[in-house]
Amino acid sequence: MATSADAHAHDAHEHHDHKPPFFVRWFFSTNHKDIGILYILFAIMAGLVGGALSGLIRWELAEPGIQIFQPHSWLAKIGIIEASKHGYNVVVTAHALIMIFFMVMPAMIGGFGNFFVPIMIGAPDMAFPRMNNISFWLLVASFAVLCTSLMVDGGPGKGFGGGWTMYPPLSTIGHTGPAFDLAILSLHLAGASSILGAINFITTIFNMRAPGMTLHRMPLFVWSVLVTVFLLLLSLPVLAGAITMLLTDRNFGTSFFNPAGGGDPVMFQHLFWFFGHPEVYILILPGFGMISHIVATFSKKPVFGYLAMAYAMVAIGFVGFVVWAHHMFTTGLNVNLQAYFSAATMIIAVPTGIKIFSWIATMWGGSIDFKTPMLFAIGFIFLFTVGGVTGVVLSNAGVDYSFQDTYYVVAHFHYVLSLGAVFAIFAGFYYWFEKMWGVKYNEILGAAHFWLMFVGVNVIFFPMHFLGMQGMPRRYVDYPDAFAFWNRISTDGYMIAALGVVVFLVMLVEAAVRRRKAEANPWGEGATTLEWTLSSPPPYHQFNDLPHIEAEGH
Amino acid sequence: MIDKSAAGRTSGRKSALGAATCALMFGAAALMSTAARAEELMGQPTPGGWGFQPSGDAIKRSVVFFHNDILMPIITVICLLVAGLILYIAIRFNKRANPVPARFTHNTQIEVIWTVAPVLILMFIAIFSFRLLYAYHDMPKPDLTVKATGNQWYWNYTYPDHGALAFDSLILPEEKAKAAGKPYRLGVDNPLVVPVGKTVRVLVTGADVIHDFAMPAFGLKTDAVPGRVNETWFKADKPGIYYGQCSELCGVDHAFMPIEIDVVTPDQFNTWVVAKGGKLPGAKAAAPAAPAATAPAGGAPANPAPAAPAAKPAQTAVTNTAKTTTAKIGHAALAAKAA
Repeated sequence: MATSADAHAHDAHEHHDHKPPFFVRWFFSTNHKDIGILYILFAIMAGLVGGALSGLIRWELAEPGIQIFQPHSWLAKIGIIEASKHGYNVVVTAHALIMIFFMVMPAMIGGFGNFFVPIMIGAPDMAFPRMNNISFWLLVASFAVLCTSLMVDGGPGKGFGGGWTMYPPLSTIGHTGPAFDLAILSLHLAGASSILGAINFITTIFNMRAPGMTLHRMPLFVWSVLVTVFLLLLSLPVLAGAITMLLTDRNFGTSFFNPAGGGDPVMFQHLFWFFGHPEVYILILPGFGMISHIVATFSKKPVFGYLAMAYAMVAIGFVGFVVWAHHMFTTGLNVNLQAYFSAATMIIAVPTGIKIFSWIATMWGGSIDFKTPMLFAIGFIFLFTVGGVTGVVLSNAGVDYSFQDTYYVVAHFHYVLSLGAVFAIFAGFYYWFEKMWGVKYNEILGAAHFWLMFVGVNVIFFPMHFLGMQGMPRRYVDYPDAFAFWNRISTDGYMIAALGVVVFLVMLVEAAVRRRKAEANPWGEGATTLEWTLSSPPPYHQFNDLPHIEAEGH
Repeated sequence: MIDKSAAGRTSGRKSALGAATCALMFGAAALMSTAARAEELMGQPTPGGWGFQPSGDAIKRSVVFFHNDILMPIITVICLLVAGLILYIAIRFNKRANPVPARFTHNTQIEVIWTVAPVLILMFIAIFSFRLLYAYHDMPKPDLTVKATGNQWYWNYTYPDHGALAFDSLILPEEKAKAAGKPYRLGVDNPLVVPVGKTVRVLVTGADVIHDFAMPAFGLKTDAVPGRVNETWFKADKPGIYYGQCSELCGVDHAFMPIEIDVVTPDQFNTWVVAKGGKLPGAKAAAPAAPAATAPAGGAPANPAPAAPAAKPAQTAVTNTAKTTTAKIGHAALAAKAA
C-alpha cells in the first residue's frame, strides 16, 4: 500500500477500498471475500476434474466388457491414469474424494461460507483472517498430494484403488505401495484445513455478530454453516485418528485393524462411518441454508417456520452422529444393534420432512419469479425428496441386505449429493453471482444450464435404481450382459449433463466478456439479508460502521 | 414409478426445453414398458429388468413384499405429493398469477401435522421392518452347513458336515461360459451345490481382504471379514442355478469373482457329494455313539446342541451358537498371510 499510515487513517472513510497488489492479494490473502473467491475457483477446478473422472467411469460402463481401462485404449496412450482394472478402482476412489473434499466442501463452506457468513452477521471479516488463509492453502497442498498419489505405485498398480471408504485390509495388505500413504497425508491436510476453518467459523459466528444480531435472528445460511462446522469439528478428528492407525498398521507394524494381531477390520468401519455419516450432512446442510434464502427471495415471502428450520438442522446434525452403523448392516452386527440403527436412521426423515414442507410453505402464497437460482432450488427440493425417500428404504436393515453395495445405493447418494448438494451449489452460485463477481449472468444460458443438468442427471441416476434392484454391485469395472440396457441409458444421461456443464462454462465466459454492470440488489424486495445492502461486489472492507439489526426481521 | 418430470414443469417460459424434457421422459417410459414385458429370469438379472429378481426363498419373498407393497406405495405417494404441490405452486403462485405475495410465516397446526404424520408413517414402516429383520436372524435348525471363504479373487467352499469337502470356485472364462451355457461374468467352474428345501447355514469369512457373499435371489449379503465368521442362511424353494456377485470392493478383480449356487434335489446332492469325494453325514454318524461325545473343544462345549439328531453331529469347528451372527476367531492361517 502506497499511502502512509497517516494519510490512510485520514482517508479511511472515503477510500477504504485499497486493495493490495495482485500477488499479496491472492496468495497471502486474509480478506474473507478474496479467500471465498479462491475457494470457489478451486471448487470449480476440482469439480471439472472430478466430473471428468466420472466421465471415464460412465464411458467404461457404457457397454459390457472392458473398453478403456485396458492396455490398448486411448486412456493408456495418454498415460496419466493407469489403464487397467486397478486404474478403474483408482478413478472411482479419486472421483469420490475429489468431489467430497475438493468440490462440495470448498464450494459450500470455503466459498459461500467465507464470503457470506461475515457479511450476513454484519462482521467486517472472519475472526482469524490469517488462519483462513492457511485453511485454503492447506487444501491446495492436500489436492496436490492426492494428485501425486494417482501417479505413484499403490501396490496392484499406480494409485490407490480401495474406495473412498478405504476399508482395511484392502488398504493395508491390499495396497502396499506409497500411493495410499500419500492419500492419507492428503486427507490429514484436508482435515486440518477443515478443522481450522471450523474453528474460525465458530469463533466468528459466536463473537462477531453485529449489535442486535441475536442467534435467533441469524439468517438460515449462517445457522446451516454453524451446524456444519460443529459437525466438522467433532467428526474430523475421528477420521484423523482412524487414518493415522491405518498409517501405523501399514508402516510401523501395529495391528489396530489386523485380525492376526488382535485387531479388527470392522473397527475401522465404525471409526470411518462415525466421521463418514456426519460428513454427508456436512455436504448437504449448507445447501439447506442456501435453498431457504433462495426460495424466500424468489417467492418474495419470508421463510416459513424460521425457528423450526434452524432447529431441524440442529436436530439433523445431532442425530447424524448416532446413525453411523447403518452403513454396516452386512458386517455381522448384533441384530438388536441393527434394529437400533434402522430406527435411529428413520428418525432423520422427520426433521428433513419439516424442511421440505417448510420450503413448500414458503413458496405457498408467494409471488414466484422463476429465475435460474429458483429453478435450481425447486429442482433441489424435488430431487432431494426422491433421494430422501430411497434413504428411508435403505434404512431398513432387512431391505438393505438386498441393496447394500448395489447401484441402488449409488442412485440414492447421488440423488441427495449430486442432485441435492450440487444443485444447491449451482443455486447459490447463480443467486450470488452478481454479488461475488460484480457482473450479471445471462438468464437464458443459466436456464439452459439448469434444464440440461436436470434432465441429464436424472437420466444418469434414475436407471441406477433399476440396476440396484436387479442386483448390480457397485465399483464394478465390468458387468454381466443383463445390466447393459440401463447402463447404456445412464451413460447417455452423462452426455446430456456434460453438455449442461459446457453451457455453464459458456455462461461464465459470456458474463466475463460482456461485463454487464451488477446491481446491489438485483432480486428486489424478497432479498432481505445484509449482503444485499452492500454494493456488488461488496467493498474490500465492509461494515467499518457496524450495522444495527432491528427486532423485526424474521 | 416416480414422476420425475413434475418439477421439470415449473417454468412455463422455457416451453421448448420443457417439451424436450417431456419427450425424453415419455421415451424413457416407453423403454421401461418394453423392458417390463421381458420374461423375468430366475436366479440372475434379466436384460433391461427394473425390479427385484424373482424370489428364490421365503425370506426374499418377505423382502419383496415389504419393499413392493409397503415401502414403494408410501415413497411414491410422498414424491407425487411433493411434485404435485410444486406443480400447483408453479401454476397458482407464479408472479403473474399472484402479483402480491402473502406475508404469513407460521401455522402451528400444519407444522404439527407435518411433524406427526411422518412419525406415524415411520412407525408403521418400522413394524414391518423389525419383523423382517428378526426373521432374517431367526434361523431354523440348519440341515447342513457350508463355509464360504472369500479370496482375492475367488471363493472357497467347505462342507464341514460332509467330510470337510472343500474346493475353489473361479469365474469361467468367456468361451467356457458360453460352452457351458452359463452367463459370462456370473458362471463359475465349481458352483456351491445345495439340496432344495433344506435350511443351509452359510458361514462366511475372508482370507485376505473383505469380500461379500451375496445372492440376490435369496436376499443374502454377508461380509466376508478376515478374522470373523459371519453367519447367514437360506432355504431354496426350487432347484435351479442361482447367481450372485462379490459385493464388497476387494481389489483388481472384484468384478470377476461371482457366486453360483446350484440347488438340486437331495438325491442329486448326495450323489454329488460322493462324486466329489465327500462323506455323507448319515454314514459317518453311525460309528460314534452320541453326538455330544463327538463335539469336543468347540466354541461352547457346554451347549452341544441338544436337539441335534444323530444324523447331524455338531462338528463345525468354528461356531456352534445359532443365535450369534459373529464369532471372532484367531486364524493361524491369517497370521501367516498378513505377515
